[in-house]
Amino acid sequence: MNMRAVLLFALMVLLILFTGFTSSWNSALFILNFGLISAVMALGVNLQWGLAGLFNVGIMGFTALGGLAVVLTSVPPVPEAWEAGGLRVIAGLALGSLTLATAIYTRSKMAMGNARAAVTLLMLGFGFFIYRYVFDGGVEAVESINPAQTGYLGGLGLPVILSWPVGGLLAAGAAWIIGKTALGLRSDYLAIATLGIAEIIIFILKNEDWLARGVKNVVGLPRPVPYEIDLQNSASFVERATGLGLDPTTASSLYVKLGYSFLFAAVLILLLVLSQLALSSPWGRMMRAIRDNEVAAEAMGKDVTARHLQVFILGSAICGIAGAMLTTLDGQLTPTSYQPLRFTFLIWVMVIVGGSGNNYGAVLGGMLVAFLWVQVEVYGLAFMQLITAGMADGSALKAHLLDSAAHMRLLTMGVILLLVLRFSPRGLIPEK
Amino acid sequence: MDVLNALVAFANFVLIPGTAYGAQLALGALGVTLIYGILRFSNFAHGDTMAFGTMFVILVTWGFQSAGISAGPVPTALLALPFGIAACALFLLATDKVVYKFYRRERVKPVVFVMVSLGVMFVMNGLVRLIIGPGDQRFADGERFIIAVRDFREMTGLREGLAIKTTQGITVITAVIVVALLFWFLNKTRTGKSMRAFSDNEDLALLSGINPERVVMYTWLIVAALATIAGTLYGLDKSFKPFTYFQLLLPIFAAAIVGGLGNPLGAIAGGFVIAFSEVLITYAYKKVFGYILPEALQPDGLAQLLSTDYKFAVSFVILIAVLLFKPTGLFKGQSV
Repeated sequence: MNMRAVLLFALMVLLILFTGFTSSWNSALFILNFGLISAVMALGVNLQWGLAGLFNVGIMGFTALGGLAVVLTSVPPVPEAWEAGGLRVIAGLALGSLTLATAIYTRSKMAMGNARAAVTLLMLGFGFFIYRYVFDGGVEAVESINPAQTGYLGGLGLPVILSWPVGGLLAAGAAWIIGKTALGLRSDYLAIATLGIAEIIIFILKNEDWLARGVKNVVGLPRPVPYEIDLQNSASFVERATGLGLDPTTASSLYVKLGYSFLFAAVLILLLVLSQLALSSPWGRMMRAIRDNEVAAEAMGKDVTARHLQVFILGSAICGIAGAMLTTLDGQLTPTSYQPLRFTFLIWVMVIVGGSGNNYGAVLGGMLVAFLWVQVEVYGLAFMQLITAGMADGSALKAHLLDSAAHMRLLTMGVILLLVLRFSPRGLIPEK
Repeated sequence: MDVLNALVAFANFVLIPGTAYGAQLALGALGVTLIYGILRFSNFAHGDTMAFGTMFVILVTWGFQSAGISAGPVPTALLALPFGIAACALFLLATDKVVYKFYRRERVKPVVFVMVSLGVMFVMNGLVRLIIGPGDQRFADGERFIIAVRDFREMTGLREGLAIKTTQGITVITAVIVVALLFWFLNKTRTGKSMRAFSDNEDLALLSGINPERVVMYTWLIVAALATIAGTLYGLDKSFKPFTYFQLLLPIFAAAIVGGLGNPLGAIAGGFVIAFSEVLITYAYKKVFGYILPEALQPDGLAQLLSTDYKFAVSFVILIAVLLFKPTGLFKGQSV
């Protein structure tokens, strides 16, 4: 890290402290936690874009898979649902995968021609009907078990921290499928394919109620930190809080948020150290060589597509981990809250603003843009109130403009992205 | 008679909506494919360009409606279309001058262009939401049906009805006219020929004295017209909602890639392939089977392959299949 980076990080700390002193420590810690998670995501995207030049527009999908992992890992299982149709659902899914696997295998064994195409299609079609028959019955049985409260299979009931690596694994699996098909073709194709998979993952989360209750949401997820109410009821905590001059309610909420901050910071630092090591290793040099001149790297005997696949999976896995962290922080999985603007494009703004190719830059960009994202809403409304101040009360235009303040974010983010790309494409902390 | 009933039900729920949707996708995919052919990048802002142009059409339509101007049986929006195209074209030319031109001069990698188009998408999306709001807008007026279900039943005496909405008829007719004009322009006029030459081989075209900036300008003008028309037709047929237009990006890209990026004919074919796959796979065949199958073979459920929620998944699967097996698309596209 050079002087400039140190100064910028110091400024970031000051900004958060400033929020703490001027508004409240609660919101300062909220911004800090949001910033830490965003920084992890930005690190993952930076690995893909900064190190390898891969354009991933599906970050939202990988984040959502991380969120799903929290439900699948930490929620206690629903025994009635498992009894009713759990095995049938699993069998259905297994049959579906088996169909795909046999079709691919047969295809690889037969000679090219119309016969091969016909056999593959027949196998796929036949398999699809069996799969639907087994699967649909199971789903119906599972979803009919107490639909108001459960209606899904639940998870494994393991500690919630475990879900973070699981989120990474799920995201890595999805990335493998996408990377295998779209990498090695034109660079735009990866972007389009990731855009598609992200939308589809969200559709699946919204519609497959047996998996994670769909739009009915899973609330009250287990937490890695204590609950506020338990803290407030514990005599020793109240004593310590009053000793610090805080009332127990505020103190408990600060304690919980700080607990999250330490966990997230630990993950961020671990990943940052790993990324820095990777960047300066021979592997990192090779990746940059591929990024800067694919033809030359290929001529030197590097397998460009395989390396791209590798780095794409790693970056997506990091996004999955961050997604699991975010859902843990929220304490609930709400598929409707996944918006591409918030979960894909915001991360891109972070990476570009921070400085693509530089891990510290990505982390700084993540924290800074997260800070702005939270604050722009406040300032946007204030700005709209300022320009509408002269208008008559009750005028349609005034009401419309005030309502639209929320959409200022989109515009602001777009303008920031375009300005940085145009005038400072290397970002705040440029790559050396 | 039952076979006829089945056919009519099939036409009513699959053939007609599929054709209209296909025409809308084809017009959208033509815009994507033209930008890809001439400017050589996948324009992520295309869905929002459609929304942007449509928004102006809606605003002018509302103006016409309150001024008492109407087009009789056809929707007023058709009268407002030229204004929407003009506004959209002005905006696109301005973005080209302010944003894209710089990167063209720098000759950056295509992926940087894609990223820049993402920024433009943000701005357009923000503007649309700021001006017209994120909600649903309906702006169709005029006669609702060319043939209503009841009229059809009385005419033919069949149990099953067939409805053709005015918007569906207009979509298909407009699409045919637009495509005919576009192909005439590309194949017969001097500017169109220079555009094709530029798309085939940029260096050779430059050597023979074609002005690249002029080609680019015409491309944006045509794209503005195509996007606004596609957006307006879609909005008339369904409804206008900014987020839906963003989501249309996936089927439109899929259509352009299935047909072969950079190939206008392919874009049209791709649009129909995607539209019919979506409709065929998500349609519940219970009714059709009810007419043609004997009692014993009747399906219990809806006989639907996939629920309609997954219609985007269909275009995605087709996209993946094409990328895996035939990356240049059905018609030969420009590059892998």
